[in-house]
Amino acid sequence: MEDKVQGIDLTKKRGSIVFFDKLGFSLTFISAIILIITTASIYIFVASKGFATFFVNGVNIIDFLTGTEWNPLRTAEEGGPLYGTFPFIFGSFAVTFMAALISAPLGIGAAVFMTEIAPSWGQKILQPVIELLVGIPSVVYGFIGLTLVVPFIRNYVGGLGFGLLAGTIVLAVMILPTITSISVDTLRAVPREMKEGSYALGATRWQTIYRILFRASIPGFITAVVFGMARAFGEALAVQMVLGNAPLIPKDLVSPASTITSIITINMGHTVSGSAENNVLWSLALLLLAMSALFIFVIRMIAKRRRFTS
Amino acid sequence: MQNWKKGFMFVVVMVLAFSLIVGCGSGNQTQGGTTTDNNQPADNAQTTIEGSITAVGSSALQPLVEKAAQDFMAKNPKAKIQVQGGGSGTGLSQVAQGGADIGNSDIFAEEKSGIPADQLVDHKVAVVGMAAVANPDVGVDNLTTQQLVDIFTGKITNWKEVGGKDQAITLVNRPASSGTRATFKKYALGGVEEAKGIEEDSSGTVRKIIAETPGAIGYLAFSYLDGSVKPLKLDGVEPTKENVVTNDYKVWAYEHMYTKGEPQGLAKAFLEYILSDEVQKGAVVDGGYIPVTDMKVERDAQGNVTQK
Repeated sequence: MEDKVQGIDLTKKRGSIVFFDKLGFSLTFISAIILIITTASIYIFVASKGFATFFVNGVNIIDFLTGTEWNPLRTAEEGGPLYGTFPFIFGSFAVTFMAALISAPLGIGAAVFMTEIAPSWGQKILQPVIELLVGIPSVVYGFIGLTLVVPFIRNYVGGLGFGLLAGTIVLAVMILPTITSISVDTLRAVPREMKEGSYALGATRWQTIYRILFRASIPGFITAVVFGMARAFGEALAVQMVLGNAPLIPKDLVSPASTITSIITINMGHTVSGSAENNVLWSLALLLLAMSALFIFVIRMIAKRRRFTS
Repeated sequence: MQNWKKGFMFVVVMVLAFSLIVGCGSGNQTQGGTTTDNNQPADNAQTTIEGSITAVGSSALQPLVEKAAQDFMAKNPKAKIQVQGGGSGTGLSQVAQGGADIGNSDIFAEEKSGIPADQLVDHKVAVVGMAAVANPDVGVDNLTTQQLVDIFTGKITNWKEVGGKDQAITLVNRPASSGTRATFKKYALGGVEEAKGIEEDSSGTVRKIIAETPGAIGYLAFSYLDGSVKPLKLDGVEPTKENVVTNDYKVWAYEHMYTKGEPQGLAKAFLEYILSDEVQKGAVVDGGYIPVTDMKVERDAQGNVTQK
């Protein structure tokens, strides 16, 4: 390398350049290490608390996962506490899948509209709308759900208003921006040659969208929906406000239900750290963590497939 | 290699320096705050009280303790009291483990399993009454204890069975582990197992749901009664402060502030302040609680009531 550029003697500067180079490396390296340690600590901590239910308090893991009776405070004279969490697991999966069922077609449709049908003005309107939806805090979604969705369901659908249906609607709105924005990125990533080739063969716009863009984007759409579902599964506050939190398996869409997250949030502050009731909540947290790990695993598996070879 | 090591050392030094700056920064802030307070004339002889304590727990008690802490810190600029919520369970376990200096709780430490109650010293700072409340349109304003039990166990499912409108009853409960629920279950329902209904964590949400859901019934601390829901008489006794202090209305609980061992220094001074007339007749009444000094009866952890 030349030692003189535009008359500046680089040999003098080299020392400090090397220093800042190393500094940059050290800073990013430490950040990475801290991140790894943090993640590992969270998993270890939640696991140690969560497994205590089974190893310290002697709760049967099968009863824990499949039992339908939740009564952590039942006294020993009445037969001891019951830690059946199946109603919450059922509730979590039910609202997550139903919300995805509503949001997936809407989100993907909006993405197609933005990228293919009306890229100019469609994007101008939809992009800020999506960004606004992302920015709304979940407590606001919950409060809107409690004030508008719940009374609406009670008056026009039936039941109390609190229940799976209200939870599904609130969650569907919450995950819509996630699904839309990832779908938009996916559609934009489809190579132009594929689209142009299709038009060159005389295909109509609809045929191109349906036969080419959709096929090419399916893995991306699945990623989008799984991301949305991961968000829905972990959402606590908004769902807790509209779900009713009854520790029961709901009979229908309009009767109260509960999710893993809502049971953790409403009970955590009242229980004593280290007690069986508290450990059971940590076991539920561990279950959530395992589910989120599963979602991430699924996304990574799909992402591996999603390569355009050109 | 030498340079790499140098860079690493530099980063370590930077991180340390940064944390030092942050630490000092917050320290300076506190000092700045106290300096302004120092300019106010100290109307109290206790100007030597200083230190820093935390009070954690019961969200029902939190507003009262926060108000008292503010006033106390204004009077004693060198004292720093941090107040946090988190629920009675958190308060009790934190104070037992030494994580907090004062643990706020709606229930006796003896009532919560896993708490070494013998190590804790109880300071009862207020009394809170709880009323069964219903949606204003149910057409009922009095229930017998038996009717209330039948409603909460799910035996009675329609308001017309207790003389009200032909309307289905919706139960709105607090979570199973809640101190308020434990009190209501013990003193209003005689300890029976409730039927499963809607469960909500915050009293504000409970009130909103009862006010808006036809046929809803639940229970709230007196401090949450605001006219949007109807407090129900129990066996003809109205849920009022006057009836609580004589124990004619039995559904009430102490608000406890626990310390591990006898309180020392700042914690002792602060607890004395909360029990002083200034707070008992001021913030306690304003917050909708009942001054513990007004009570004509006493109740222990087993629920035995004695005349004072």
